[in-house]
Amino acid sequence: MARAVTTQHKTFATAAAWIVALLIFFPILYTVITSFKSEQEAIQGFNLFPSGTMESYSEVQAQSGYFKFFLNSVLLSVGSTILALLVAIPAAWSMAFSPTKRTKDILMWMLSTKMMPAVAVLFPIYLIFRDTGLLDSRIGLMIMLMLINLPIVVWMLYTYFREIPGEILEAARMDGASLWNEIVYVLTPMAVPGIASTMLLNIILAWNEAFWTIRLTTTEAAPLTAFISSFSSPQGLFWAKLSAASTLAIAPILIMGWFSQKQLVRGLTFGAVK
Amino acid sequence: MKLRTLTLGLLSASALAFAAHAESITIATVNNGDMVRMQKLTDDFTSKNPDIQLQWVTLEENVLRERVTTDIATKGGQYDVMTIGTYEVPIWAKQSWLLPLDKLGDDYDAKDIIPAIAGGLSVDGKLYAAPFYGESSFVMYRKDLMEKAGLTMPDAPTWDFIKQAADKMTDRANGVNGVCLRGKAGWGENMAFLTAMSNSFGARWFDENWKPQFDQPEWKNTLQFYVDLMKADGPEGASSNGFNENLALFQQGKCGMWIDATVAASFVSDPKNSTVADKVGYALAPDNGLGKRGNWLWAWSLAIPAGTQKAEAAEKFVAWATSKHYAELVASKEGWANVPPGTRSSLYANPEYQKAAPFAKMTLDSINAADPTHPTVKPVPYVGVQFVAIPEFQGLGTTVGQLFSAALAGQSSVDDALKQAQDAATAAMTEGGYIQ
Repeated sequence: MARAVTTQHKTFATAAAWIVALLIFFPILYTVITSFKSEQEAIQGFNLFPSGTMESYSEVQAQSGYFKFFLNSVLLSVGSTILALLVAIPAAWSMAFSPTKRTKDILMWMLSTKMMPAVAVLFPIYLIFRDTGLLDSRIGLMIMLMLINLPIVVWMLYTYFREIPGEILEAARMDGASLWNEIVYVLTPMAVPGIASTMLLNIILAWNEAFWTIRLTTTEAAPLTAFISSFSSPQGLFWAKLSAASTLAIAPILIMGWFSQKQLVRGLTFGAVK
Repeated sequence: MKLRTLTLGLLSASALAFAAHAESITIATVNNGDMVRMQKLTDDFTSKNPDIQLQWVTLEENVLRERVTTDIATKGGQYDVMTIGTYEVPIWAKQSWLLPLDKLGDDYDAKDIIPAIAGGLSVDGKLYAAPFYGESSFVMYRKDLMEKAGLTMPDAPTWDFIKQAADKMTDRANGVNGVCLRGKAGWGENMAFLTAMSNSFGARWFDENWKPQFDQPEWKNTLQFYVDLMKADGPEGASSNGFNENLALFQQGKCGMWIDATVAASFVSDPKNSTVADKVGYALAPDNGLGKRGNWLWAWSLAIPAGTQKAEAAEKFVAWATSKHYAELVASKEGWANVPPGTRSSLYANPEYQKAAPFAKMTLDSINAADPTHPTVKPVPYVGVQFVAIPEFQGLGTTVGQLFSAALAGQSSVDDALKQAQDAATAAMTEGGYIQ
């Protein structure tokens, strides 16, 4: 009986998981389906069976240089992630292994900056970028993306580092390891799974960031978010073209997410169950 | 071998030196057919101006508006040429954010620009943006359905005739709606249509002292007529329909009439995408016999921000893109029907264009029927036909648009929507210092 209940429970749980997964994935799936429709089909209403035309893809290719935007997306997401890790690993180390009574407050304050609407600081940031010559520069945008994702990176790394026994670091110190050696040769290798999943998540967040990447770039540093934005037309049908552009923009990160899903899930659930 | 290497080296060095010398200008624009076409034809410009390179930034309309506003207000200098509309030009020109376009060359022929369009882009007699394409609004109707209804569309119909025709053409069993009108909320969506319509009903946004006028009977008449008409003869879910949704409905043969931008004529008469291409007739926007028609005036235009360091190169580009020569270039490559409409009188005098675009005369008549400096029956302190050219209008227009869209969807009554619109407008005008 108990076995039957367990099997039933499992079936129910699996079905529920599939439903939730499909619900979450459906907008992406429908975008891909729409990209294979004609503009007329795309606006006619809900329809899961496209005519299979590639017209939108060829128009998108003809209109814009996809590769330049793609390259910028890669450089910005990877560059900002490396910058974020360089700052966040020492910060998370100090908070995890040398906490003060204000550490929790600092962590909360860092997280609270994520709650502020980005548009509230658009003008000050724009002026700073203008005055420092960082508008439409990859390095400026890398710094910006690093800053907006830093709270999450620090929080994630802090959580992983807290799981590492302090005694191991103490042992390293007793063996004469300097602070630098302790972080590089002892802590980092032990936290590789956590750092890797943080890195992957940060790359995804940076790749998908649209507010700043559209507003602080024009031509040189514009990534795929700007590429997608350019296909919305005030007068003329555009849903199929926009869907084709979106599919081309999300494909690389979707493939990367698919191949690294085990790492991502392991990293995100790390420390959740003891 | 050495000589060849040396020659190649010198050539490469010359190319690099030339590239370094070439001036690059950045153009911010929206994605529409005419703009995309222009990007494809820029070889003509760069071959004549080899020292100027063009960089394009294409953005969604609202993002473009926000980005260029941020850039120009902070003198960010990101753009050398901006695509802006008749709403921005008078506001920005008064702030000295735009360069006057008085150096476009001897052969530019600025007097050829359609006077109504030039008027909407000028301040104190100076042109601050050159129109790339212009539009008004008019009635597009199905000639076959009109005939079936036993009616004949006059060239200048009244709103009463539109109602009568819509009632007769509506055939819900066969999916035909008598009339399709904008219902999607937004200052450039339903409020463009409703503001223009209200002009023909004698309504106005503000009186001479900037007091909001939504509590006046003219607005009640406008909104009640619109809601009743759409409930009786409009498509289902009309409160979500903007230009593109109505375009699709009309092209699929689901609208008897559609009152919208004149630029739509080239879409609905295109046999490639429209199932009713050979059955479309055109008429002026309706009136109520008060001296004003319900048509608007808009022009996507190229302007040069005052902060640019490359004014001379930008002027050369603006002059090229809005010239008679450019119209001829488009005609030679893609046919006269694809020439950007609504900017130059000479285009409408061209027999080849008249032949290729059967809607040409009605488009010109519609544009000429709009007067942005005197848009309403009663006097007003603002310019703009389907908008009020003040900075507060974008936010306020969208708020009022949401209220009117809700009235169309049946979520509130016409009276409630108008009362809330009056409150919102009063609050915005008080906050802006227009009224106490």
